[in-house]
Amino acid sequence: MNYIFYFLITISIIAGAVNGKLPDVVNSILTGAELSVKVAFSLIGIMAFWLGMMKIAKQSGLVEIIAKLIKPVTKHLFNEIPENSPAIGDIAMSFSANALGLANAATPIGIKAMDELQKQNIDKKSASNAMCMFLAMSTAGFQLIPATVLSVLIGIGYKNPTEIIAPTLLVTTIAFLSAICIAKIFQKYWIPQKDYRFSQNTVNNEDFTEDV
Amino acid sequence: MFQQIMDLISLWLLPLILISILTLGLFKKVPLYEVFTDGAKEGFKVAINIIPYLVAIIVGISMLRASGLIEIIGQLLAPLLSHFRVSADVIPLMIVRSLSGSAALGVFSDIANNAGPDAYTTKLAAIMVGSSETTFYVLAVYFGAVGISKFRYAILTGLIADFIGIAAAVLVCNWMF
Repeated sequence: MNYIFYFLITISIIAGAVNGKLPDVVNSILTGAELSVKVAFSLIGIMAFWLGMMKIAKQSGLVEIIAKLIKPVTKHLFNEIPENSPAIGDIAMSFSANALGLANAATPIGIKAMDELQKQNIDKKSASNAMCMFLAMSTAGFQLIPATVLSVLIGIGYKNPTEIIAPTLLVTTIAFLSAICIAKIFQKYWIPQKDYRFSQNTVNNEDFTEDV
Repeated sequence: MFQQIMDLISLWLLPLILISILTLGLFKKVPLYEVFTDGAKEGFKVAINIIPYLVAIIVGISMLRASGLIEIIGQLLAPLLSHFRVSADVIPLMIVRSLSGSAALGVFSDIANNAGPDAYTTKLAAIMVGSSETTFYVLAVYFGAVGISKFRYAILTGLIADFIGIAAAVLVCNWMF
C-alpha cells in the first residue's frame, strides 16, 4: 500500500506535467478530498439504518439460518474462522446483498463482517487470510442483475436491454470464481501474518531464558 | 414481459426483505425499536473512521484521472486491442472501472450515447461495467472501517480478478454478439 500510494501521487504529478495538465492535477486534490468526506457522510444514514436492521436480523436468528444454508461453501473458503462464528452470518448476508444488487445495504453489512473478522485477526494492522478472501469475493462484484447498467441502456433507447443480462452474469461468475481461486493460492504461498496476540509474553519469555 | 417481471422484482425486493426481517423479529419477540437504534449507533462511528482511508485513495485516484495518464495508456493499447474488436473508447473504461464507480458509469454513459443503442461497443461496455465492482473503493472502505493498513495480497487478488473479468467480457462479447 505504501508503494501504491507513493506511485499514484508521483506518477500523476509527472504525467500531469508532461501532458500540461498540472493545474488540473493540483485542483483534483481539493475535489478528491471533498468527495471523500461527502462519500463518508452520505454513508452515515444508510449505514446506521442497515446496521440497525442487521442487529434485528441477528437477534431474531435470521442471520444464523442463512449462515447455516451456505455453511458447506464457507467452510472451505474461510477455514481459519470457527464454524459458528458470527462473521460467517455477516459474510453470507453481505454476499446476498451484493448478489441482489442492494449496494446500499452491502457496504454496511460488509463492514460489519470485517468487524467480526477483525476480532479473530492475529495482527490487527494487517489483513487476515479470511479478510482477503472476503475482499476477493466483494471486489469481484458478483451480481445477478446489473440494474444500473440496464437503466442506462433503457435511457438511450436500447431495443432489447435484457440480452445483456446473460453474458454479464457469465462474466461476473468467471471473475468471481477466479477471485476465490487466486485468494486461495495466495493464502498458501504469501508470507504469513505475524501473530501479535501473545507477543508481550513471548518477548518476556525470551528475555528470561537469555538471563538464565 | 420479461422487462415487467424484472421491474416488479427490483421494486419489491427491498420492501420484502425489510418486512421479513421485521416480522421474524416481532415473531421472535425481539425488542425491535431498541435493538434497531442500538445497532444504528455504530453507523456514525464507522463512517467517520473510514474518512482518512477514503481521502488517501480517492485523492490519489482523482489525481491520476486528472493527469491524463489513462488516456495515454488507452492510446498505447488501442492498436493491440483492436484485434479483439475492442474500440479505443472502451479502453479507459477497463482501467477506470476498478478505480471509481461513478466515473465508470459516466464513461459508460458517454460510450453508449456516442456509439448508439445497438452498437457492439455499447454491449461490450455494458457487460464490462455490469460485471465489476470498484475494487479500490471496496478495499479502502472495508479495510479502513477496521483500521487495517497492510492489505497483504488483497489488492493483487482484486486486480488479477479484474483483469480476468475484462478478458472474459471481451471473449464472451465476441462469442455472443
